Amino acid sequence: MSLSRAEVEHIAELAKLNLTEAELDQYAVQLSAILDYIAELNALNTDDIPPTASVLPLKNVLAADEVTFGLEQKAALANAPDAEAGQFRVQAIFE
Amino acid sequence: MSIDLTTLSIVEARAGLRSGQFSAIELTQSYLNRIKALNQTVKAYLHVTEEQALESAQAVDQAIQNGKDGALLGIPLAIKDVLSTTGVETTCGSKILAGYTPPFNATAVQRLFDAGVIMLGKTNTDEFAMGSSTENSGYFTTRNPWDTERVPGGSSGGSAAAVSARLAAGGLGTDTGGSVRQPAALCGVVAIKPSYGRVSRYGLIAFASSLDSVGAFGRTVQDVGLILGVMAGHDPKDSTSMNVPVPDYMATIGQGVKGLRVGVPKEYFIDGMQPATEKAVRAAIAQLEAMGAEIREISLPHTRYALSTYYLIAPAEASANLARFDSVRYGLRKTQGDLWDTYKTTRGEGFGAEVKRRIMLGTYALSAGYYDAYYLKAQKVRTLIKQDFEKAFEQVDVIASPVAPTTAFRIGEKADDPLQMYLSDVFTLPASLAGICGLSLPCGFDESNLPIGLQLMGPFMREDVLLRVGHAYEQATEWHMRQPAL
Amino acid sequence: MATKIQTPAYEAVIGMEVHAELMTESKMFCRCAVVDLTAAQPNTAVCPVCLGMPGVLPVINQQAIEYGIMVGLALNCEIAEFNQFARKNYFYPDLPKGYQISQYEFPLAVNGYVMIDLPDGSTKRIGIRRAHLEEDTGKNTHLSDGTSLVDFNRSGVPLLEIVTEPDIRNAEEAEAYCRKLRAILQYLGVNSGDMSKGVLRVEANISVRPVGSNEFRNRTEVKNLNSIRNMFRATEYEIERQIQVWESGGSVVQETRGWDEQKQKTFSQRSKESAHDYRYFPEPDLPVLEISREWVERVRAHMPELPDTKRERFMNALGLSAYDASVLVADRPIADYFENAVKAGGDAKIIANWMMGELFRLMNKSGLEREQINEISVKPEQLVEVIQLIEKKTINNNAGKKVLEIVYNKGGEVSHIIQSEGLAQQSDEGVLRTAVMQVLDQNPSEVTRWLNGEEKVIKFLMGQVMRAMRGTGDAQAVQRLLEEELNKRK
Repeated sequence: MSLSRAEVEHIAELAKLNLTEAELDQYAVQLSAILDYIAELNALNTDDIPPTASVLPLKNVLAADEVTFGLEQKAALANAPDAEAGQFRVQAIFE
Repeated sequence: MSIDLTTLSIVEARAGLRSGQFSAIELTQSYLNRIKALNQTVKAYLHVTEEQALESAQAVDQAIQNGKDGALLGIPLAIKDVLSTTGVETTCGSKILAGYTPPFNATAVQRLFDAGVIMLGKTNTDEFAMGSSTENSGYFTTRNPWDTERVPGGSSGGSAAAVSARLAAGGLGTDTGGSVRQPAALCGVVAIKPSYGRVSRYGLIAFASSLDSVGAFGRTVQDVGLILGVMAGHDPKDSTSMNVPVPDYMATIGQGVKGLRVGVPKEYFIDGMQPATEKAVRAAIAQLEAMGAEIREISLPHTRYALSTYYLIAPAEASANLARFDSVRYGLRKTQGDLWDTYKTTRGEGFGAEVKRRIMLGTYALSAGYYDAYYLKAQKVRTLIKQDFEKAFEQVDVIASPVAPTTAFRIGEKADDPLQMYLSDVFTLPASLAGICGLSLPCGFDESNLPIGLQLMGPFMREDVLLRVGHAYEQATEWHMRQPAL
Repeated sequence: MATKIQTPAYEAVIGMEVHAELMTESKMFCRCAVVDLTAAQPNTAVCPVCLGMPGVLPVINQQAIEYGIMVGLALNCEIAEFNQFARKNYFYPDLPKGYQISQYEFPLAVNGYVMIDLPDGSTKRIGIRRAHLEEDTGKNTHLSDGTSLVDFNRSGVPLLEIVTEPDIRNAEEAEAYCRKLRAILQYLGVNSGDMSKGVLRVEANISVRPVGSNEFRNRTEVKNLNSIRNMFRATEYEIERQIQVWESGGSVVQETRGWDEQKQKTFSQRSKESAHDYRYFPEPDLPVLEISREWVERVRAHMPELPDTKRERFMNALGLSAYDASVLVADRPIADYFENAVKAGGDAKIIANWMMGELFRLMNKSGLEREQINEISVKPEQLVEVIQLIEKKTINNNAGKKVLEIVYNKGGEVSHIIQSEGLAQQSDEGVLRTAVMQVLDQNPSEVTRWLNGEEKVIKFLMGQVMRAMRGTGDAQAVQRLLEEELNKRK
């Protein structure tokens, strides 16, 4: 399994990661090597095996619908890189 | 004060504090002094919370005077920097979280505080706990106290090195694929990785949600048992924490190994393993036998697939868990062009190479057209690996193996080959995938005087058995008493 | 669109996607309060969980699940036994975790239907494909300086996404579906139905095709529909637009379109979207949800009466016509108002007439929507009081209307208004006769015309008497006295 540069760029776009030219080249090689290694899983027939999304024997973990207070506005915004009028400020999105 | 208080185990320090032999301030100050002297060499801490530690110590002394007691009252611990601490910078070893101060404590941390623990500081880690050496930290590499040219292991290398170098009485780490067990082995200390769901993950900054667990470091098995006992138990804030009683670990820790069945999986003794490691682990198994345990060879046939399985599941979950670092609400922001440029630049510059590599791998494994072939396939193989253990535990009470194939490697030795680095976790990944518990404890030294770790794996939620076997072994050996010369 | 072309050769194929916030006390995955977004200060109903801070974990709100089950049952769905939440991955500043916890492969409810009531009195079955639970996002506000502000009060509010089969054929049906769905949600008490506040959000997936064909042509997804009226207009517009595109030899582009309320047009919302790849996978932070049949039945047992059942009851037990019953059940507040009035002791049919006549007229005049009936000053008991006073001949019909209008506009007590406005019915023969004789004296030509056999003139004379008495005269008595006095002048 080898990943092309274009595929690596596409994944980087999905993951919202700016990668340098050098990184794109490096990841194409490294990810391909890892995927080659991982291909060993294909040797296993898992047709009748259920997937394990969680190892826990748990189901229906629910909370009662009761309000508890969270954070003051100031605390909510305390770590914000940019805030204005009680809100988080970001650049506008141009669709 | 004649003895060096930092040489005391947690159990011993508790006794000394209770009987008034020394104060929490004195104990804390001893550690702070040692940190001042040695942290620049070991680089275990990202930040030392000296002021807060002394304030807490003062409060503890006051409480002791008022007749208060607590399981860990006055014990100074090191906290891995992936665990959230109110008002104390929590970075996960990443530049992207520089300056971030959580408004809440992780549940595990809160329970320790409630029990009287004094936090000495936040310890270094591979960025977002992704790594086996702390070389992936966005800040610096922690040194192995036994040989400062070598790595302490990872990702919880900071806490392991701090405990090993007596820069803390014990510590907290997190283990997703071996991140407390492997550094404990490489630094010659004890660590327990509890079963998934035993300790709340609330406030543990997620790497791989279905695998992450909070573990404890100490210089003795009893010490990690004490810390675990305080942290463990159901938390309504974590839907994946088990609502089952926590046994009194200290009550059963002394029951010995007589009659216990110890499984030795043949798949864990592989080519390319360091001979000294195999020799030490086999000797440890012989020791258990000599103490009355019954040794059985077992097979965990899907062991070899654990690495591939892990490196699909963990990065896939990580790719989602790390999406929140978008510069909107906290952390680094590198403003560029439009909003999406800012997102991409912030994440491109804020994350290190290994984190980006895993985000890329995980994003790919989940992307359209590949989900079934990669992520779903890995989940199915995970079932097989889990079933291996379930079958094994029908025959044995505990499984013994090496923790890592080699002792501590040199800094930079594996930095350019991610796959080689991943292979240092081959023996710890299967238990993580199965969600069972594991204990790592010293069982010897190689020809370079580097520590070797013995891994004990127990059935789901049977940490008590691990602690019991580990403690019995420790009582019969002296490996844990050796100290690195710093 | 300037001209509407008559093209019976096309039919529309429409599927609706409705996002309904569920009115729980706390959010879907944390215990922050669900607040009115238009009233609360920004970022005051938030916590580390709904802000997506590092290390936080979700915990499912049981009430949200039960509300979801209720809606599923009301939409005649099968409630899935096995439920699993998944992460839907995409980046947006109002999405704090970089993923939305939603249901994907295993939704809560599937394979249902809803019967919609069409203007001609017929009903039609609209299939419900699925209804699944998820969490709402925060809210972005774009500023003129090129920045946006983000408020997370809405982040994590429980949201039920309800998706129909493409069974809807025109804007009228789309409107009927929205009205019916909104009524059901209101009846269940899980959503206020207030689209202007964004608690109920509608999207229409629209395509057209030649009548008789089974093909599915390119469709557009029309968003920003913040009222049923806008939904109707946007749908009508979009159907016509697509027909024109095909008729002019073009082809419809599969895309998302917005509704421009100013221009009354849909417009392309071209996003430079790199085709969405949501990378769904099971949410590892949440154990699966198994909804036992017992649980479903427990929820069913506590469900309030739904509009169709209420409609039947209004017809069978209260004797309303099918039309009246449909109108009165269409909005829960209207139905509640009506039932409260009936409870206060009045004839159901007469109450229905007064509500659908006078009250709706007054509400229309003041620009109130039907569901805002709770905001009017006329309480159900007052409506009944007026009706009873008319029956007792204390006031006449006209005075009744006048009293209602005064209460509607200014408030006040019915009896007090009758007194202060002098609206009590005048039945005293002496008083009435005096008024009649005065009118006859003042209108000799009309009297002559009547005497010459022009009988309808009596209506004019009636009006003059009533006017002279400021509308309070007992109409029957006035009529009788008029005839008596006119006959005397033969």
